[in-house]
Amino acid sequence: MPEVQTRKKLVTVEEIFHEGGPVAPTPLRRAAALAVIRNPYAGRYVENIESFMDDLKPLGLEMARSLIAALGGDPKIVEGFGKGAIVGSGGEVEHGALWHVPGGYAMRELLGGAKAIVASTKKVGGPGTRLDVPVTHINASYVRSHFDAIEVGIADAPRADEIVLALVMTTGARVHARVGGLKASEIKGEDGLR
Amino acid sequence: MASPGTHVKVTQAKIRKIATFVEETLMEMGKAVNPPTRRAAAVAVIENPCAGKFVEDLSELMAIGEELGELLTQRAVDALGIAGPSAESYGKAAAVGENGEIEHAAALLHPKLGTPVRRVLGKGAALIPSSKKRGGPGVSLDIPLGHKDAAFVRSHFDGMEVRINDAPRANEIMVAIAVSDSGRPLPRVGGLTKNQIKGEDGLR
Repeated sequence: MPEVQTRKKLVTVEEIFHEGGPVAPTPLRRAAALAVIRNPYAGRYVENIESFMDDLKPLGLEMARSLIAALGGDPKIVEGFGKGAIVGSGGEVEHGALWHVPGGYAMRELLGGAKAIVASTKKVGGPGTRLDVPVTHINASYVRSHFDAIEVGIADAPRADEIVLALVMTTGARVHARVGGLKASEIKGEDGLR
Repeated sequence: MASPGTHVKVTQAKIRKIATFVEETLMEMGKAVNPPTRRAAAVAVIENPCAGKFVEDLSELMAIGEELGELLTQRAVDALGIAGPSAESYGKAAAVGENGEIEHAAALLHPKLGTPVRRVLGKGAALIPSSKKRGGPGVSLDIPLGHKDAAFVRSHFDGMEVRINDAPRANEIMVAIAVSDSGRPLPRVGGLTKNQIKGEDGLR
């Protein structure tokens, strides 16, 4: 099993009071956790890569915990989530796909069995590449007020033999959400969609 | 750290958002950085009261700078999870949206912002290194870092890049404070070390 080597971690939090409209009674908070790890498969084609998903599980949990801590420590305030990966130029986009299971299930576990699929995106890129990580409601993917995205990136990562892994969480709807659709208060919570 | 720095009162700055960044470096070129180096930046996106016109007297921005000096420094050390006096290096920067002047950044950063920064950090004999620019949303801001008590400490010369994809809008300004509890990872270019600081003149 390849060891997970982390070079750098970054946690960012945005607290949004308004966006030109009325000041929100409770500011929206959005947090992102990034980890820069060595890509054990960079520079060549490796057929069997699946076992690395298990290796990444502890890191997924650690990043999800750091997000909850950055948002104040109570997992109950988390309403939206998403994940993503930026694979350095020596790797394949398939290496980014290794993050789906350990990243997604870590958040789901710590958020009390969140039902919705964790929205995600990934790409190959060089140092400083920005990634728009999609955000959806943790229990019902169709909740329109919670569709959002958080742009992430690190000036010096990923190097060619690295991967930037990202998890994001938000505490609520867009700050001036007003385009209708399914509301968080109307969630049935059976299928993860509505 | 439920609501970092929220006890700091802000009455003059009209803040749209505050972002914090905490960066931890654990490894460089395969070599462990032990203990990891850690630094944080806190950035406020504020309305520029002087946008779109020439305003001779910039005292309103100076007063806002004083408020933000305390708020952002407190947020940065809270994000690092350290007490203010444990901070080792600091820096400040501002990015003015397209309808403002570089001089607006200067008004925020230079006359009054430093005193509350030093109050939160306990000391701070050294000049607070700074940078400023004008730009559009998503512009990158490189905040210079230097040791807070002796500007010549070579291991602590550094810079931290921050950006916020939707700021600054045309009539906004991003104001940033960065704080570290350490120098660069694996410093080895000599010069004054932090153990040699006399701490009298802010330089050595």
